[in-house]
Amino acid sequence: MNKKAIFRMTLALLVIGLFVGLAACGKKPPQRRGARAGAGGTSDLANAALATYVAPGDLDEYYLFYSGGHSGQIFVAGIPSMRHIATIPVFSPYPGTGYGFDDETKEMLGEYTWGDSHHPGLSETNGEYDGRWLFINDNANGRIARIDLKDFKTKQILKIPNISANHGSSFVTPNSEYVTMATRMSVPFPEGTYADVTEYSSKYHGVAAGIRIDPDTGHMSLGWEILLPPFDYDLGDAGKGPSEGFFFWTCYNSEREFIEGGKLEVTASQKDKDFILMVDWREAEKAITAGNYQTVKGAPVIDPAKAPGVAYFIPLAKSPHGVDVAPSGRWIVGSGKLSPTTTVYDIEKIKTAVANQDFEETIDGIPVLTYASVREAEIPVGLGPLHTQFDGKGYAYTSLFVESAVAKWKLPPYDAGADMNQYVVDKIPVAYNIGHLVTAEGDSMSPDGNYLVALNKLSKGRHLSVGPSIPESAQLIDITGDKMKLLYDAFTEPEPHYALIIKADKLDPIEVYKKDDPTWPKNPDAIWSVEEARVERHGRTVEVWMMAVRSFFAPDVIRVNRGDKVIVHVTNIEQTRDELHGFAINDYNINLVVDPGETKTVTFTADKPGVTAFYCTNFCSALHQEMQGYLLVK
Amino acid sequence: MCRKAVAGARFFEVLMSGFFERLTASLDRPVVGKNRLLVFLAALALVPTFFVPLWHMTFVAQQYPEGLNLYVYSHNLVGGDDGNDLTEINVLNHYIGMAELKPADFTELKWIPLVIGLIGILTLRVAAIGTLRSLVDVIVVSLYFGGFSMWSFWYKLNYYGANLDPKASVEVAPFMPPMFGYKLVGQFDVWSYPAFGTYLFLVFGLLLVAAFWLSWRNPGLETTLSNS
Repeated sequence: MNKKAIFRMTLALLVIGLFVGLAACGKKPPQRRGARAGAGGTSDLANAALATYVAPGDLDEYYLFYSGGHSGQIFVAGIPSMRHIATIPVFSPYPGTGYGFDDETKEMLGEYTWGDSHHPGLSETNGEYDGRWLFINDNANGRIARIDLKDFKTKQILKIPNISANHGSSFVTPNSEYVTMATRMSVPFPEGTYADVTEYSSKYHGVAAGIRIDPDTGHMSLGWEILLPPFDYDLGDAGKGPSEGFFFWTCYNSEREFIEGGKLEVTASQKDKDFILMVDWREAEKAITAGNYQTVKGAPVIDPAKAPGVAYFIPLAKSPHGVDVAPSGRWIVGSGKLSPTTTVYDIEKIKTAVANQDFEETIDGIPVLTYASVREAEIPVGLGPLHTQFDGKGYAYTSLFVESAVAKWKLPPYDAGADMNQYVVDKIPVAYNIGHLVTAEGDSMSPDGNYLVALNKLSKGRHLSVGPSIPESAQLIDITGDKMKLLYDAFTEPEPHYALIIKADKLDPIEVYKKDDPTWPKNPDAIWSVEEARVERHGRTVEVWMMAVRSFFAPDVIRVNRGDKVIVHVTNIEQTRDELHGFAINDYNINLVVDPGETKTVTFTADKPGVTAFYCTNFCSALHQEMQGYLLVK
Repeated sequence: MCRKAVAGARFFEVLMSGFFERLTASLDRPVVGKNRLLVFLAALALVPTFFVPLWHMTFVAQQYPEGLNLYVYSHNLVGGDDGNDLTEINVLNHYIGMAELKPADFTELKWIPLVIGLIGILTLRVAAIGTLRSLVDVIVVSLYFGGFSMWSFWYKLNYYGANLDPKASVEVAPFMPPMFGYKLVGQFDVWSYPAFGTYLFLVFGLLLVAAFWLSWRNPGLETTLSNS
């Protein structure tokens, strides 16, 4: 090799060195898939396949947060692939992430081992999803929970008094001042009171509540409760733009009776109209400030008869489900399940009616606005309208449970005297019996108008049979064109009610609890080295500070006496993503899963003499099987 | 071919016949004017070497698509991903029984910054009151320091790769991670190259050599020489 060649080679190596250095800095992250990238097949099927295919290693464009219904959880999927990515445990234990097994989450779950999660609500800033928190109600036990979207963990479960069956929840104001709660199944007031159902009309009550959200931490606390007639308060929405400052809830059983053996489905469907409850939450705040409330079971309760201006009723076709505020905030859309029409109200007309005291009647001190004065139009959408979403392009999409379809129709303005049928511009059948539906960023002030997911109650025959416990169906529908197009069938565990879709780039979750990240509170029991690992005995309590790292625990032997109270703090000292460690103690019904940088604590009584093993349950490394130790109980 | 050989022989002849005598004769001559500026700039070029990495190793494997990065600074070993890559490298290395890479165990990280500082001061001295003698001193010391540091780096790489705990769970043959270039180590593609700080040392050296060469070639110097 001559000198020139050596010189050239050295130069080449230097250049390569530089490039390797640069490449390490600028490695391309996986690509987020464009909505319609690559579309252009030759048939609808090919188009649908291309529109939903997310290539290996590529990422979805949206997050889809399903409520998990009576599973008590939240399911996370991606759009357009509809792939289920994760389950966030909320109201039920979930051994997969160790939720409900460590002291902290056990305490958060309290006495309950399940909940019924219905309607997720995303935090908003100026009417847009800001990607900070996800709220979810428990329809069964009067609770609401908050998930931090920074780490996808349930951070708080709030239970408030006097709410029975929290269904009208979790609807968030445009600047996240409040999230709602409301009674679906009225009971005697205050809670814990006994009164027979024969006294339903007078002793039973519903309650609507405003839950205050701390703007910095998201911490929820009770703001106020409003005492209401014994109706069933169902779905809701928060006003925005011109309707900001109002909450809307539908309610049924305005017959206000529960006749034993009389079948509520019959007795609650006698009157031609039920109501939308409209609450002016700024007036509610004023009533609280003015001391115009009573403290009942620790809750500040406003009686609307004594605080005029707080609550109003708006007549709506009977047995209504959804009441939804259009992106502009001007149009309020209510749907009565038993009427083939959806009703559009104009917030300006509502305000005028309130100002003019244009009331039909008064129920328990709450004025009922004159229907004809506030209604803008009735749209003949079809049979069994339940819930409405929007595309930001002037159209609304209403789910039709009975017809098993989605109707697309135009929002106002309408031509005077026109045949309203012409404004229903498209309809697509779904499989089967749709409940809620959700469009991309559909509850915000600027929906994206590309995707719609139909959340169907029945899925019979559209998947491999799994026996009689049939999963639920969710169908992805393309709403970019004039005609809606079915793209994809997905199936979920029981049982999503509502869901929300948020643009993926609005979220930036962490994947490791960094040792010195001030975002997360320091755990005083965290340890970061083998040297700090120790066992201490104080009387009959044995406290263990344990660390886990690939592929061992320190300490790996715990010696106790039978009957000792044992407290184990496990810190996963890994700082590498996806290096989770489990800590399960055989025969003690304990399984923690500790994320990188996290510390979890479990307290138990060592009541089984002999020797039992503990081990890492979450596969971590080539020597994961060797990651184990012993609990010796003398 | 023939002409080249003649030129080479001529250069050697010139070097042998006059260079060292002239060097000895001119050692007390000052480094003049703008050449001192070059020396000053050389000293300046050393300043960032305290803050930027001297060497950069990248480890890429199927399950580490974004790669693990290890940066060698004059005073520290730093992993990428806010330092965690070093922890990760240690976690992986413990399976093969490699000693933990701890900055505290590298005495180099203590004396290298000190020596850089000393060389910097000596360089400033040349710029301020410099004679060719002091310039030659700095060049020689720097060459020695650079060479010794490289040897020390090579030795450490060799040491860590060769001294593996015989009781380790995974048995591997002693190995030498790459110092310069690419090597496959286990499932890892490893690249190792000088980083910005080392290039600054090159700039430092080139500036000093340039100052020397220009001072050497300075006709003013020739005149002074012949007058003496």
